[in-house]
Amino acid sequence: NMGAEGMDVQQQILHALEKNGVVISNEFAVSEKETHQKVVGAIKSLESLGNVINVKQIALKTWECTDEGNNLATSGSHEARLFNSLPPEGRSLTDIKASFPNSNFALGAAMKNKWLKKEGEKVIPAVSAIEDEVQIHLKAIAAGGENSVPDKIKAEYKKRKLIKEVDMTVFEVSKGSAFTTSVMKQEAELTKEMIESGQWKGKTFKPFNFKSKGRIEQRSGYLHPLMQLRSEFRQIFLEMGFTEMPTNNYVESAFWNFDALFQPQQHPARDAHDTFYVAEPGKTISVPEDYLQKVKKTHSSGGYGSIGYQYDWSREEAHKNLLRTHTTAVSARMLYKLAQEGFQPVKFFSIDRVFRNETLDATHLAEFNQIEGVVADYSLSIKNLMGLIKGFFEKIGITKLRFKPAYNPYTEPSMEIFSYHEGLKKWVEVGNSGMFRPEMLRPMGIPEKVTVAAWGLSLERPAMIMYGINNIRELVGPRVKMELILDNPLCTIDKWTPTGNNS
Amino acid sequence: MPAKETEKYKLIVKPSTAQVRPYVVGAVLRNMKFTQAVYDSFIDLQDKLHQNLARKRTLVAIGTHDLDTVSGPFIYDAKVPQDISFVPLNQSQAIRADKLLEMYSHDSHLKEYVPIIKDKPVYPVITDQKGVVLSMPPIINGNHSKITLNTRNVFIECTATDRYKAQIVLDTLVCMFSGYCDQPYTVEPVQVEYPDGERVQYPTLYYRQQEASVSYCNMLTGVNETAESIAAMLTTMSLSAKPQGQDKVIVEVPPTRYDILHECDIAEDFAVAYGFDRLAADMKMPPTNTIGQEFELNYLSDKLRLLLSQNNYTEAATFSLYSRIDMGERMKVNLENESWVKVANPKTTECEAVRISLLPGLLKTLSANKHISLPLKLFEVSDVVLRDTCPSATRGTGARNQRHICAINYNVKVGIEKVQGLLDNIMVALKVPYAGDNNSQGYYLEEKEHPSYFPGFCGSVIISGVPVGHIGLVHPEVITNFNLNNPAAALEIDMQKVLELINLGK
Repeated sequence: NMGAEGMDVQQQILHALEKNGVVISNEFAVSEKETHQKVVGAIKSLESLGNVINVKQIALKTWECTDEGNNLATSGSHEARLFNSLPPEGRSLTDIKASFPNSNFALGAAMKNKWLKKEGEKVIPAVSAIEDEVQIHLKAIAAGGENSVPDKIKAEYKKRKLIKEVDMTVFEVSKGSAFTTSVMKQEAELTKEMIESGQWKGKTFKPFNFKSKGRIEQRSGYLHPLMQLRSEFRQIFLEMGFTEMPTNNYVESAFWNFDALFQPQQHPARDAHDTFYVAEPGKTISVPEDYLQKVKKTHSSGGYGSIGYQYDWSREEAHKNLLRTHTTAVSARMLYKLAQEGFQPVKFFSIDRVFRNETLDATHLAEFNQIEGVVADYSLSIKNLMGLIKGFFEKIGITKLRFKPAYNPYTEPSMEIFSYHEGLKKWVEVGNSGMFRPEMLRPMGIPEKVTVAAWGLSLERPAMIMYGINNIRELVGPRVKMELILDNPLCTIDKWTPTGNNS
Repeated sequence: MPAKETEKYKLIVKPSTAQVRPYVVGAVLRNMKFTQAVYDSFIDLQDKLHQNLARKRTLVAIGTHDLDTVSGPFIYDAKVPQDISFVPLNQSQAIRADKLLEMYSHDSHLKEYVPIIKDKPVYPVITDQKGVVLSMPPIINGNHSKITLNTRNVFIECTATDRYKAQIVLDTLVCMFSGYCDQPYTVEPVQVEYPDGERVQYPTLYYRQQEASVSYCNMLTGVNETAESIAAMLTTMSLSAKPQGQDKVIVEVPPTRYDILHECDIAEDFAVAYGFDRLAADMKMPPTNTIGQEFELNYLSDKLRLLLSQNNYTEAATFSLYSRIDMGERMKVNLENESWVKVANPKTTECEAVRISLLPGLLKTLSANKHISLPLKLFEVSDVVLRDTCPSATRGTGARNQRHICAINYNVKVGIEKVQGLLDNIMVALKVPYAGDNNSQGYYLEEKEHPSYFPGFCGSVIISGVPVGHIGLVHPEVITNFNLNNPAAALEIDMQKVLELINLGK
């Protein structure tokens, strides 16, 4: 920061230019008794103003004092000091040699200069006063005025290691096309006062340094990347005309979670091993009784064209409370409600939390979010289900799909959905789907000619692929590092293209 | 095939089995050829049936024996453990049943089956005429009758708590392995005699007719095939099928296809035979014309989430399952007084309880992010779960979700006014006026203690006289309990209650 001082030097340079036409930086420094560094700084500032000055960089060789040279420049040459230390009667040689450093050299030089003469064992001053030429020379060189010292003498000093030759960059300054002797203060900011008064018109501004880093005063707010992806999927469903189901009940009865879906009570998925059962409240309050009777009959002895599962259906088992294992339980509730109100074609969706009592590892948690789409209409076929799935996945940039026959207790037919992963060069599973079984739909009161197509996937899996995360705990839960959130302020679906980078 | 010696191949059931494992089925495979591969496959199929259909041996347990080492008829009984003693599979000494169960409760392979009979008064056991123990289901077979590569005649017995399942399991085993008999695909029956006089012959090998309508198959698949074509395709799926008229196909469902319950199962096999790739080539969107609609609570929650981020708070996404300690002790909350949902079978303590507050999750998130520069301002808009006896509010379950908003401002120095400002912004957004002295509508704050907050620095948020949440400085003990060391101002309100009250006011 040059400040007012710097201003003066800049002003001086301009005046010198006005008078002499050319200024050489190191010579100018000597004449103005400023450091060369300061002069160079002033030249640079002037240069940044535009075409006020022209600057030519010159490489010079120049002389500089060594440390010893600087020492002598300050304290005087050895010989001069020796002379100055002698009393008028002089001193013995032995004395001098014992007490004076560099005595031999000093004696020799002083004698040569005829400053001293020998008198027996003593030396005495031969003149009354001396001029310490060496000191004068060294001081001059230190101050940059080396030209005042003859080359032959400089060579001697170099031999004595009092001075050395160095490279120096000096600047030759001349008048520029927009030369002016008045240097204005450079503003860094545009202020309210300048605008209101119009003063800005008469000022010069230091251009902004675009290479510097920006600064935010307060950390802004963020939405969580997983929740943002959830918003994207909600948006997709809404664009396809789907209505969101009310899924805000984590606790569900086994009836709605399993029995209503025609999943038999002996099915392994209903094991305590895989499902979280609730201790309190352990029993569900109520389920619709008429409907329960129909479900009971369909499970135990069949009906609606089915032979059923041929087992003793337990009311008690159906009334157990659990943490829902899928949001399909809500889909069942909605379809039942629809049938009671009078069936009409619908498209439902949900994205909400489900719970699995699995062994936990890097990709499995006890709770995650399930995405589900359901379409109920007359005579829907597998081709329609495939069409829906294609339309849905295209919205997130997945176009290459294949369908593989699979098994689900409550859908028949069932299909696993695969998409081609460009990076891994193979087909990977991206979801599950199927047509709900008539044994599930008919007891609800859904008309015979109606078929219901459904598909689902987890929210976390595409999120992990999208954000390049391998451990699910880095994405969701209290141990998530905030960097994930701060580094991903915006979630756009086009990131979800399974390329080689995020496998 | 008719039984060679009907008297010998009987399973006589004693009454005491009714207490523990009432049903049994059996069959004989005559002149089997066992290679190592066939043997391994035989064991593997039994394992698979045990794991799945038999629901880990609780429903059905299979025992297979070298018929030539034992003498029928066989007795299926249930005796007190002390009265049962035999040399179990791969052992050399006879061991008493109670000791056997003790031994197997440490065996990695068998320990999960021990609880099935351990505390029963009597244990099932199958013996032959000479008292040789064939098996003690569902735990282990006897070593005496074990099958080797030299075994020629196999006696299969399946004990069960589900009669139908036992029948299916036996039929499956028999169908899969009778091919290795000298006379392939033959089996000899075994008669089961129940104490009440009932006599049943096994295996059932029940074939049944399932009708499938052509129009239904075509509708479900989205194609237009003839009855003949459908029947032909089903036959390629090993389902013997014949067309009957233009609209019907009659399918003979073999005993191995116990999964076929309804004509939709036939339709699926047809679709698979037709080819899913072929169907996919002609896929089409359904003509269902609907207008989409958001669930209002989610619509509003998303708006509030956006609002909170606009107030420079960062969203966290935490778990809804907590340990009791995190929800209770660490928050200085006495769970005895709270209506919280308790999980019956958590695998870890982290899944013991369903959250009643979002605050512990946010405190844990702060604790994992001590490397981030302060202030740290977090929020979450999500559900907690509360017990409730009202059927309609809980959709018949006895517990309801409640949407909460929670925000926390964690900094070297922080005062309640920081989150109060946030609360004011939330209320402005929801159009809830600040209740002045004369205004009973609108919201105001009132000092109220809450164990998780610092006394004197905790208030209740009240709308139209109804408390909807808390605001205050988190109690220093709570801060320390979560391994934190800076003060925190927090706010948690029940968003659904707020919405109810606003709507009522209208």
